[in-house]
Amino acid sequence: MPFLGAKRWLLLGIALAILASYFTPSFNRYYLGVVIDIGIAIILATSLNLINGHTGQFSLGHAGFMAVGGFFSAWLSLHVGETVNAFWFFPLALLAGGLVAAVVGLVVGVPSLRLRGDYLAIVTLGFGEIIRVVAQNTQAIGAASGLAGIPKLTTLGWTFGFAAITIYAITALVNSTYGRGFIAVHDDEIAAESNGIDTTRTKVTAFVTGAFFAGIAGGLYAHHKQFLSPTGFDWVKSIDIVVMVILGGMGRTGGVIAAAVLLTLMPEFLRDFSEYRMIVYSLLIILLMLLRPAGLFSFSRKRRIPS
Amino acid sequence: MDWYLQQIINGLGLGAIYALIALGYTMVYGVLRFINFAHSDVLMLGAFTAFYIAPKIEKLMGHQSVLGCILLFIVAAAVCACIGMLIERLAYRPLRNRPKLTVLITAIGVSLLIEYTAQNEKVLGSAPQPFPQLLQEHSIHLGNLIISSNDVLTLGVTIVLLAAMWFVVQKTRIGTAMRAVSYNQQAALLMGVPVNRIISFTFGLGSALAAIAGILYAIKAPSIEPLMGVQPGLRAFVAAVLGGIGNLPGAVLGGVLLGLLETFAGGIPGLSNYRDAIAFGILILILLVKPAGLLGRSAVEKV
Repeated sequence: MPFLGAKRWLLLGIALAILASYFTPSFNRYYLGVVIDIGIAIILATSLNLINGHTGQFSLGHAGFMAVGGFFSAWLSLHVGETVNAFWFFPLALLAGGLVAAVVGLVVGVPSLRLRGDYLAIVTLGFGEIIRVVAQNTQAIGAASGLAGIPKLTTLGWTFGFAAITIYAITALVNSTYGRGFIAVHDDEIAAESNGIDTTRTKVTAFVTGAFFAGIAGGLYAHHKQFLSPTGFDWVKSIDIVVMVILGGMGRTGGVIAAAVLLTLMPEFLRDFSEYRMIVYSLLIILLMLLRPAGLFSFSRKRRIPS
Repeated sequence: MDWYLQQIINGLGLGAIYALIALGYTMVYGVLRFINFAHSDVLMLGAFTAFYIAPKIEKLMGHQSVLGCILLFIVAAAVCACIGMLIERLAYRPLRNRPKLTVLITAIGVSLLIEYTAQNEKVLGSAPQPFPQLLQEHSIHLGNLIISSNDVLTLGVTIVLLAAMWFVVQKTRIGTAMRAVSYNQQAALLMGVPVNRIISFTFGLGSALAAIAGILYAIKAPSIEPLMGVQPGLRAFVAAVLGGIGNLPGAVLGGVLLGLLETFAGGIPGLSNYRDAIAFGILILILLVKPAGLLGRSAVEKV
């Protein structure tokens, strides 16, 4: 009974998030910031895992959807925010950002998911860059200088509440009858198609769902950093998320979450060696691919099938 | 009319550089079926090699001499060919039979490694440095048109290299072997083609072209920094896909087309801010209509 178990975890996660947010004022601000970064990274990595891992469609444009959600929700809270109830406004702004990102995901996904492999990777990279360039030239969101003075609405509670919902929703989706389609498309597209799965529709569903949660993560990020710059969402940011998915093992939710935590903490630990930090990071990617291509946390090659 | 001709001339100069870089992408894709993301960094290393040896060659051959310039191109190309082969040997060869995605990620890793290492203050430093003038720059006036001697140099070098490439790939033994490996690696191996050596050679050739393109780009810029390869690299990659990746004439066609389109778009006031997006916009449009690129053949998938 995977659903009951998964739901229990969801409730536990949300309860913990609410509990933690009560103690927020007594936390060290620096650690609090890092922990929120981790929560956002978990949402991003889990949502990309649905596209890259479970469905096997290699996307290099996840930061673009994050940007769409981030800019839209930040624009909402700068222009509409003061007039409405602050507590419920924030999650609604996040959802709105997520929905806009999902719509953009649909627009991007329908044409590009006809392509495969390298072509898909490069087209998604292209769309990510186009989103960035459009953001750089849109006056309403500050153009090249970015959006500043976004209210600090992201709290520990909201971040991990949404992280728990993301993990739950994606796990439940993949484990549902419909979600078997994702794994079938990942394993063998031709076989899946001949078994009556509408592969394009399945891929687009995964893409749009992933984009939705990336948009929410973008909103959390915007209201956490309080400043958004289009250059912060270039393809290097997308690659950061891809590395989390690869490091955790494609399609392994637990591993991907662990990798998101690890990769967010690593730069903080390496702060003293900041000039060598990115060199270590890139070496890590290469060594990982050479030595443990199935992910750092993969110990058996068999896919675990929940009963 | 003059405006159009002027844009065509500028666009050809830019497109020629894209074409040279795109050839490297497409050749590597032809033999290994993956995108060598580190190619754009080899280009940067080529420009830096030229930057560091230019004073020495100047001492040897005299100031702004043609022979010195040719020597500079050859040395930089040789250095980068070695770097390219080294990258292939260390990072890509151990992954030869792994999924393509693994190799793609490794290539991204290699690219990031070169970029961040080069940006370190103890290596090259991230500040832009002025690139020396290798040859005296003239402006040739044709009616109302202004043609820079650098554009003429770029076009001349590109045409010579393209001819040489065509000769190597079509007429020599090693070129035949390259085409065989690209057509069917397994069969080529069975026919006694030394596949590893051919792949190594392909990387060397592509990297040498990238080095020369890097110098030409640096002359045009005219300053260099460790991230200088990223933008032309992405454009050239788009050019390779545009023409049909794995297809050599396609890469040249794609490069020239992209150079022209970008220059025209840059000349139109409202569009110039969107220059970075134009390359990708065109790519997406082309791929939607012709997924295999302009000159590529679409493979029939067999079960």
